[in-house]
Amino acid sequence: MNGKTFFIDLSRCTGCRGCQIACKQWKNKPVEPTENTGSHQNPPDLSWQTLKVVRFTETTVDGKFNWLFFPDQCRHCLDAPCKMVGDSEIPDAIVQDPQTGAVVFTEKCKGLDASGVREACPYDIPRVDPATRLMYKCDMCNDRVQAGLLPSCVKTCPTGTMNFGDRDEMLALANERLARLKPKFPKAELVDAATVRAVFLCAVPPSAYHKYVQFGDAGPRPLSRKAFLAKVLRPLRALG
Amino acid sequence: MTNHWIDIANSDCIFIVGSNAAENHPISFKWALRAKDKGATIIHVDPRFTRTSQHADVFARLRSGSDIPFFGGLIRYILTNNLYFKDYVVNYTNASFIVGDKYDFKDGLFSGYDAEKRAYDKSSWAFARDEAGQIRKDPSLKDPRCVFQILRKHYDRYDMKSVSDTTGTPVDDLQRVYQTYAATGKPEKSGTMLYAMGQTQHTVGVQNIRAMSIIQLLLGNMGVAGGGINALRGEANVQGSTDQGLLYHILPGYIPTPTAAMQTLKEFNEKNTPVTKEPQSANWWGNRPKYMASFLKSLYPKQDLDTGYGYLPKLEPGKDYSWLTLFDQMLGGTFKGFFAWGQNPAASTANSNKTREAMTKLDWMVTVNIFETETGSFWKGPGMDPKKVKTEVFFLPCAVAFEKEGSISNSGRWMQWRYAAQKPSGDTKPDGDIIYELFEKIRELYAKEGGACPDPIRNLDWDVATQHVFDPHKVAKRINGTFLTEKTLKVGDADKTFKPGDPVPTFALLQEDGSTCSGTWVYCGSYTDKNMAARRDKTQTPMQAAIGLYPGWTWAWPVNRRVLYNRASVDPQGRPYQPHKAVIEWKDGKWVGDVPDGPWPPMADTAKGKSPFIMTAEGMGLIFGPGRNDGPLPEHYEPMECPVGSHPFSKQRSNPTALKFTGPTEVHAACDPRFPFICSTYRVTEHWQTGVMTRNSPWLLEAEPQMFCEMSPELAKMRGIKNGEKVILESTRGSLWAKAIVTERIKPFTVQGQTVHQVGIPWHFGWTWPVNGGDSANILCPSVGDPNTGIPETKAFMVNVRKA
Repeated sequence: MNGKTFFIDLSRCTGCRGCQIACKQWKNKPVEPTENTGSHQNPPDLSWQTLKVVRFTETTVDGKFNWLFFPDQCRHCLDAPCKMVGDSEIPDAIVQDPQTGAVVFTEKCKGLDASGVREACPYDIPRVDPATRLMYKCDMCNDRVQAGLLPSCVKTCPTGTMNFGDRDEMLALANERLARLKPKFPKAELVDAATVRAVFLCAVPPSAYHKYVQFGDAGPRPLSRKAFLAKVLRPLRALG
Repeated sequence: MTNHWIDIANSDCIFIVGSNAAENHPISFKWALRAKDKGATIIHVDPRFTRTSQHADVFARLRSGSDIPFFGGLIRYILTNNLYFKDYVVNYTNASFIVGDKYDFKDGLFSGYDAEKRAYDKSSWAFARDEAGQIRKDPSLKDPRCVFQILRKHYDRYDMKSVSDTTGTPVDDLQRVYQTYAATGKPEKSGTMLYAMGQTQHTVGVQNIRAMSIIQLLLGNMGVAGGGINALRGEANVQGSTDQGLLYHILPGYIPTPTAAMQTLKEFNEKNTPVTKEPQSANWWGNRPKYMASFLKSLYPKQDLDTGYGYLPKLEPGKDYSWLTLFDQMLGGTFKGFFAWGQNPAASTANSNKTREAMTKLDWMVTVNIFETETGSFWKGPGMDPKKVKTEVFFLPCAVAFEKEGSISNSGRWMQWRYAAQKPSGDTKPDGDIIYELFEKIRELYAKEGGACPDPIRNLDWDVATQHVFDPHKVAKRINGTFLTEKTLKVGDADKTFKPGDPVPTFALLQEDGSTCSGTWVYCGSYTDKNMAARRDKTQTPMQAAIGLYPGWTWAWPVNRRVLYNRASVDPQGRPYQPHKAVIEWKDGKWVGDVPDGPWPPMADTAKGKSPFIMTAEGMGLIFGPGRNDGPLPEHYEPMECPVGSHPFSKQRSNPTALKFTGPTEVHAACDPRFPFICSTYRVTEHWQTGVMTRNSPWLLEAEPQMFCEMSPELAKMRGIKNGEKVILESTRGSLWAKAIVTERIKPFTVQGQTVHQVGIPWHFGWTWPVNGGDSANILCPSVGDPNTGIPETKAFMVNVRKA
């Protein structure tokens, strides 16, 4: 299986926010009014204006103090639940590039039930602009990728945390890095490697970084009735 | 840096201290992590746990201002456990030198202290010499008056308990750091020390660096791949600015600025040219007259050398003209005018209220900048009544970095040529054009109206433009230097004749007789027939590839040497101590690898070989350093504002030679219950310097929108402060608000059995923008400085913190 994949090696991340800012710059996103609420994490969350956010967590893991950095973004699932929901309401509102695998929100999303789309996502990624009803998330910088460039966040990363390329190469790299990390970090793991196109390598258990790191973290994600039906009916549609 | 950025990846142990490298030099971490990939260990020593600490294998906390005890303990550990690199110490350092009888140290003071002048007569620190005038030595390192034994005796007081009591670092953590780092004393291992303002911005700043240098010399870590003393410089071209002599005490190329006590060039050369009796010392500063002559000719090619020297402004002997003194004088009304050129002193200088008040005494100010700043707008700042301020301020908007062609020099001494990506917008001009046009006008005025001392102005060679546009290539070529008259010199084995206008290929060919000019001798070789700084060639030999050395990528001073003092990376026979990461090697009668730090044969050739530390008079690394203003060996003194009344190492609480001033703006709080907490200032990745550029970049401001104060949960509880709420910080110099970040990354210290709290604030904010961003950290900082450099002590001072 090919297409493109991000490999995000959290053992190298220094939380510099280069990725967060580069994304803002490439997409010319507006700024949100922010204030320091007692954290360096700003903006505090993903939004229709912030498609990539670095999350900061101070936590003790196995008796050792850690300041964990989690550059959160869309996982570009191979089989995206958000797209399932979208398809069940407005076909081609959410599309997937057959070459790269990028899952992309289109203008047609303004006709979707945004909360249903968001709730379907195991990682809590999709956001909506309440004024326009347009939906936003990372689109893999698909325009750059189609032009032979790296996504903006990957290009800017100074430490080798952000990696991007053909899926088989990225998965090979991920496994190699996991193997090298294990001696010092025995609990290191790759997250949802088989089902997503943004594969995180966590040095400590994934749930330490953020509550929506791996599939199932936040408990069962309710699918709307429409989406559930869509999921059930999909194989039948494929036949017909 | 003695080494360079990529070289960090060659290290076995990276000791980051007084630096938050991951946050403030993100690219450094690319290389630090690659070193880790190869099995290296990272040590991080800091008052708080930062984004760097997360990647450290060994993290240890230390109280701001207690670095010398920390290092002193490490020196003692290395000596007690015999972990020093013996051959290196004997052959390459002054450990064997016998110190003269007059030298003494008692209870925190070195011999020669004049309490009235608050200064040392350093003559009692001189080495003992024999009848022939050569320094006496004991290569067995046993003589009680040899440097090695004096060192041992000096740091005997720095036992782990005394160190722990002073730094607040638990003994176990000290042990872990010391053991890990001292392991690089093995000949095949190298350790690098990375530091920044956390080490330098203290009243003992220079001695902090001296302590690290001593450690690196003891462990044999100078001159080797993955070693060195590496300053992570605080600005993209500050290295370039010091190289070009922007500090008052040096001319370009680190030539001392002449004083009025040196009325002639001859006197200048006599007083500033070191001599040595060591037969194997290259004593490279012995060439000073050649560089001074070439510098004079770069400004005044048509005048003879004595006349040119006469044109240079001279300093009053013994007078301090450093940064803090400048503003203290400004406050006293010394200056009519002030150019604030690409700087923001109203936010960047310790004691902001004093600085801003000083600006009101000026008749005029010119601010050259790309945005409005707290400096250009000082007259309408908080507490100012514009009607009462007489200063006329001119704002010359200038081009930004990407609109100018020219070079910058990075921490690794690489001169990097950069092109203009676009033309300056609107009427903004590059700095070069502003200076060029300004001086043309000044010269016109002198021609029309006369003026005091017109000749230096009239006769300055001002050929820096082409068709009235500033030409960085012309200036770069002049910095490199050219022949002014025809000259035949020996180059290698052959004679070569140079014609007027020919570039000087290397500073070894610069002349004392006025036949060459060179604006900055260390840059000689950077612009010959080619603009070497513009090179982007990745060609390497396998030996160079093994240590990430790219000789064809940009140009490093001096002479494109990438690792300084690399003759110390080989034994006296010229064999690398670390063959798997060799920097140079003597092979078949010549050196291969990096440009050797002196082309002479290895030291074992007693006739032609030279010692590795060519910039010292005796050719040796200085463990005992008799040239600094506050002592030949680092000694602990508390910061001027400190939480303790005494310390275990001596009765001398603070640096007896520290730079300080008098007056109502100069009240220092020590053990003052009104200001019980230590405060330190620092930076974040998202902002830059005083924030002039970054506060005006919306995406960056969004990520770090407001002034904050990081504090421990214990302190927050004590003061009833909740995370995210506004607090007020106050010192004797002023107060400001900040948002509280309550975090476990900061823990209280136990110092001499007492709990001592520390807080930290960024210095990126200023009142001009954004509206609710906060004001400059320097409002709180004291105007006290290091006695060698004058650098302000912004890393350790005392404050109070309370709910707003």
